[in-house]
Amino acid sequence: MAGSYDRALTVFSPDGHLFQVDYALEAVRKGSCAVGVRGTDVVVLGVEKKSVLKLQDERTVKKICMLDDHVCLAFAGLSADARVLINKARIECQSHRLTVEDSVSIEYITRYIAGVQQKYTQSGGVRPFGISTLIMGFDSDKVPKLYQTDPSGVYSAWKANSIGRSSKTVREFLEKNYKEDMSKAESIKLAIRSLLEVVQTGAKNIEIAIMGTDSIVQRLELAEIEAVVAEIEAENEKEKEKSKPSSSQ
Amino acid sequence: METLFGITGKDFVITAYDSKAVASITLMKIGENKSRELNPHTLMLFSGEPGDGVHFSEYIERNIKLYGIRNGIELSPRAVASFARRELADSLRSRKPYSVNLLIAGFDVKTNKPSLYWLDHLASLADVPFAAHGYGAYYCLSLLDRYHREDITEEEGIKLLQKCVGELRNRMILNMPDFVAKVVNKDGIRIVQL
Repeated sequence: MAGSYDRALTVFSPDGHLFQVDYALEAVRKGSCAVGVRGTDVVVLGVEKKSVLKLQDERTVKKICMLDDHVCLAFAGLSADARVLINKARIECQSHRLTVEDSVSIEYITRYIAGVQQKYTQSGGVRPFGISTLIMGFDSDKVPKLYQTDPSGVYSAWKANSIGRSSKTVREFLEKNYKEDMSKAESIKLAIRSLLEVVQTGAKNIEIAIMGTDSIVQRLELAEIEAVVAEIEAENEKEKEKSKPSSSQ
Repeated sequence: METLFGITGKDFVITAYDSKAVASITLMKIGENKSRELNPHTLMLFSGEPGDGVHFSEYIERNIKLYGIRNGIELSPRAVASFARRELADSLRSRKPYSVNLLIAGFDVKTNKPSLYWLDHLASLADVPFAAHGYGAYYCLSLLDRYHREDITEEEGIKLLQKCVGELRNRMILNMPDFVAKVVNKDGIRIVQL
């Protein structure tokens, strides 16, 4: 089966797989969960923050990064690979501004990142990047955008998506609960609710970044996240209360 | 021909550039922008070869912005000037060097001090209280020597700049169009009327 076809990247298997790319996707599935939700005039990115070790300075562990003033990226998978890819993307954002005197569109930079990821699936002596990314932002048309890339170099736009650990569960949750034209508060609540499916330990392991039509990134404080979590838990309690009496009869 | 001025004060730097774009004996345009905002508290003015000026200053602008995005914090004016000087020095030792003279005016938000740097196309760098590039320097540096003090206020700075421009109007054979003046302080960069 896998056998000798998974060693070199540039070799297809008889049934049309690039095993290295599949294995890279496995690496992504081991990474901490990230979720993105697109509302009417807002985009929300949420990540599961791994528990910070006692002696570690948590400010230096960044999972949501700015690529330019108006583009934000969250990733799942190998952090070191992410660092390299983000650096390339940042340089491309400024290079684009230098050559055409205009900021990148979200689709352009997503296409660029996906292009880099694809290049590394077709070269000799290199391995694919072990990360999937969620890229969000606003172009000059003031329409919210959310894109996803993965190690194979495929990219597409999404209304809401999740990557990383338990992404399938979270995506199913999003499919069930996503509504068109959500407000800022509703989008934030959906993002946090979907993350809570994965993150058992609550608000202190969740990081949220929001961008509105003004293209300014706002990171939520712990207190604000805790407030939304409390709201969600209260709603869950009410749901449980409602369903209890009917079952005891 | 192209004149640039810079004057530091107590907590600001005021800069000015003549806004004309010249091609041999013709005045091509008035209202040319000879400055670039490198980051919220640093402004760079350039003069010399027209194409080189724009090319070099935009290159520096993009690199300074990249630093800001990568590190989440803006580069200090001193570091910006050192970076620009290094790029000029490398260019000088290449086949065709950039022919630009610069004034870099900045407000360091960490030390709360204004600073002004004079750079020329031979990659000299000088940290100065006031400076000028171009023919205007010959007429106005002595004025600035006489009337500049370290702790002048913004109004006094503007008056001093007006004195310099007045002197050029009196003594230079060429017509001087309006100068565009910009002030850099802790609140950022803004245009002022001379």
